[in-house]
Amino acid sequence: MERYQYIEVKEFCMGHGVTTRFMRELHEFGLIEIFQKNNVQYFSNEELAKAEKIIRLYSDLDINLEGIEVIHDLLERIEHMQGEIIALRNKLRVYE
Amino acid sequence: MKYIDYYSILGITKGASQSDIKKAYRKLARKYHPDVNPNDSEAERKFKQINEANEVLGNVENRKKYDEYGKDWQHADEIAKARKAQQQHQRSYQSQHSDGFREQDFSDFFESMFGGRSSADFSGKQQVKFRGQDYNAELILKLNEVYTTHKRTLTVNGRNIRITIPAGIENGQTIKIKGHGGPGRSGGPKGDLFITFSIENNSGFKRDGDNLYKTIDLDLYTAVLGGEIMVDTFDGKVKLKVKPETQNGTRVKLKSKGFPVYKREGHFGDLFITYRVKTPTNLTSKEKELFRELASLKATK
Repeated sequence: MERYQYIEVKEFCMGHGVTTRFMRELHEFGLIEIFQKNNVQYFSNEELAKAEKIIRLYSDLDINLEGIEVIHDLLERIEHMQGEIIALRNKLRVYE
Repeated sequence: MKYIDYYSILGITKGASQSDIKKAYRKLARKYHPDVNPNDSEAERKFKQINEANEVLGNVENRKKYDEYGKDWQHADEIAKARKAQQQHQRSYQSQHSDGFREQDFSDFFESMFGGRSSADFSGKQQVKFRGQDYNAELILKLNEVYTTHKRTLTVNGRNIRITIPAGIENGQTIKIKGHGGPGRSGGPKGDLFITFSIENNSGFKRDGDNLYKTIDLDLYTAVLGGEIMVDTFDGKVKLKVKPETQNGTRVKLKSKGFPVYKREGHFGDLFITYRVKTPTNLTSKEKELFRELASLKATK
């Protein structure tokens, strides 16, 4: 598993049919953090699922990066709220 | 095999123009896309249907074929049979190439008409996939089973994995087991396994996070005069001192007798005991007399 701690941007782009410029843009939008080592660009494996999700939204739904950023924020908020709902529900049981 | 009405899936009429179809598809795809509907299997199912409908109606050739096919649907099974050999070939092709989220298992209906999806000239969207699919699973446990940290072997998609279930896990909580999802593509990493815990409380305690709550009956005499009682905690009985003149509804805290704190070994929440003072019933005449005496003492005070 350690093998995949970092993913080479170039390799990722080839696998997903996107340009490295697109990935740079994601970086500039603050969506995916890309860093450089020995002139090679990488991003963290932790962000792989997110990167793939962005590409799906981008290519399946034609959503631009501004839109994706908004969706991403809202989904995070929903996730947070769902956690809160679960906690509140559990609390409510005490009084049932 | 059931006939599928792709027009109604997209909510359009048979006379819809190609641009109407495109519009309807896009609108529905945005609504049901699995990435904007996380953990919603119903949305995922819908999304697949919409895509299938779009593959058929969004392509002029396919649409024509579908419209004709719909007419003599009675012969569908014969056509299906004729397709079978071809299909099997394509299936084996597919299984090597498709995994992960993008895989769209099209319906039998679709496959009988158009063969496997790889045969038709579809919109040409990339089917590339790198990381494997994430799996979701639900594990139902009893409250007493999450009181202690323990290991458990689960079977997920035919594979056995051994996981540690930390004490104090919350109802509805999800944990991620890295690398136990679907296989990755072209040397990519595996997806993750997400286990959501559904915890049934079969105990006499109510739980709020790490704290436990219980209401117990207290007889009038112990409440008035004080004394010692035995109470059940989650891990056995303890002796509890009751103060004299304890009121009904009094709540006492038993420190660290609650539920284990998640991922903090040796830390426990508190147990709160609420007293419900029971007034004696079926009094004998002697007892009644004594109560009357008590009452008159109180009145003359």
